[in-house]
Amino acid sequence: MSLQFIQEPLDKATPHVVPAQAVTLNVNGEDHTIQIAPWTSLLDALREYMDLTGTKKGCDHGQCGACTVLVDGKRINSCLALATVYQGKKIQTIEGLGTEENLSPLQQAFVDHDAFQCGYCTPGQICSAQGLINEGRCKTEDEVREHMSGNLCRCGAYTNILSAVMEVLHDGDVVVDNGVLITVPVASTKASSVE
Amino acid sequence: MNSFTLTQATAADEAVRDLTSHDGAAYLGGGTNLVDLMKYNLERPTHLTSLGLLPLTDISSLPDGGLRLGALATNADTAWHPEVEKRYPLLSQTILAGATPQLRNVATNGGNLNQRTRCYYFYDLATPCNKREPGTGCSALTGPNRVCGVLGTSESCIATQPSDMCVALAALEAVVRVQGPDGERTIKFDDYHRLPGDHPEKDNTLKPGELVTAIDLPEEGYADHFTYLKLRDRSSYAFALVSVAVGLKMNGNTIEKARFALGGVAHKPWRDQEAEKMLEGQTASPDLFRQVAAKVFAEAKGYGEGSLHNSFKIELGKRAIVRALKQATEMSQVVNPNVFLNSNP
Repeated sequence: MSLQFIQEPLDKATPHVVPAQAVTLNVNGEDHTIQIAPWTSLLDALREYMDLTGTKKGCDHGQCGACTVLVDGKRINSCLALATVYQGKKIQTIEGLGTEENLSPLQQAFVDHDAFQCGYCTPGQICSAQGLINEGRCKTEDEVREHMSGNLCRCGAYTNILSAVMEVLHDGDVVVDNGVLITVPVASTKASSVE
Repeated sequence: MNSFTLTQATAADEAVRDLTSHDGAAYLGGGTNLVDLMKYNLERPTHLTSLGLLPLTDISSLPDGGLRLGALATNADTAWHPEVEKRYPLLSQTILAGATPQLRNVATNGGNLNQRTRCYYFYDLATPCNKREPGTGCSALTGPNRVCGVLGTSESCIATQPSDMCVALAALEAVVRVQGPDGERTIKFDDYHRLPGDHPEKDNTLKPGELVTAIDLPEEGYADHFTYLKLRDRSSYAFALVSVAVGLKMNGNTIEKARFALGGVAHKPWRDQEAEKMLEGQTASPDLFRQVAAKVFAEAKGYGEGSLHNSFKIELGKRAIVRALKQATEMSQVVNPNVFLNSNP
């Protein structure tokens, strides 16, 4: 079979101009009214129109989870969401989970467990872990691993991400082995990770 | 992505009217597949009819004892719905074996049915693909085709339907409810997706403008004997190379009723009703399961040897059937890596 290369003709794209519309999004408890086109993703709306750059763009195809935010408490990929249809919903980003002075339990646990190297995937990891905790379905390491599979970490910090999530999930207890719960006081896990 | 206009419909008939009054329009459900395809320039709708405000998110019991899944209920809400978990654990587990939590929180039941194939060449605008550009040829016939089908293929297309959920819906003999310009109708699940034949560009039997409004499950949910066995290249967030959804009614060691379907092997969830009949009234045994597996793959056609090509799926598929039937008869699903996903907290 001879290989035939196909270049999609540009004239298939419609040339008509769609005006930007005023869209109001509730992000971290605050209404933001922005002028965007219908194809603006929620990710781009957050980063480019609201300067909320904590949410990261990784693959932009729903495969890496760097763009994970919470909508009405549920984790979603903001890169695959068209911002216009998220009006009226409560959107929460990493900026809304805690402050520099008062980190959220997950943010603190990520610091304590050294759960990142470059940090690019971290906002998505934390929002996803918050969604996992909100769902209330996971207890064991295996379950958390499976239910964090939508978040990739190219640095490979998975081991420490897992221990950070497990600590918050069990409110200070850490499950070390598959399904075997070993109680570790929060203070001692902090001490061991700081040395 | 090309530019487009967008309308948010609030009722199914309004959505159908809006879509049919625009050339080149598409329905937007959760968007997890459509928006992605638009970013790849594979789908180029000039108008989107958003379905997000339609009141089609309920999951409710039917008078005949079945369960109606709203087309716009999310995959996550469906998998974790108490009635689905209790009466249709096969469906619950199958949904949870697919995608990621983020995607399942947005992806809708209707959209799951209508997602496109993940064949490499469908996604690669630089190569011929009859599904994407009819008449250009099928690159998968000779190129690496590990993810492609071995049953019901044609020389035009060997792509597979990628859904997990649909494999369970086929085994459960669900019915799809649709609404279109000519009113409402129902489609048996076996008739919803189609084989590629000479028209691989058509994934399903929906008519222009038709919108999925619900999926109806019959009363029988096989909650006592079921399994979803999914074999893939990594243990999470990967499409099935081969998957098997099984629902059985057992009396002791005798199989009274058997339904099963395969994913990852064909252009639609693959059911073989003759093979199902071979099981019914019989005593469960590995020999019987092997005969059934051989029947299912008797006409299978592989497209090349080695790990890049898909002939391995024929033997893998047979073994998967044997193991899945064993798991369902014995309910020995502790060996199924997917089972812990469904445990209640």
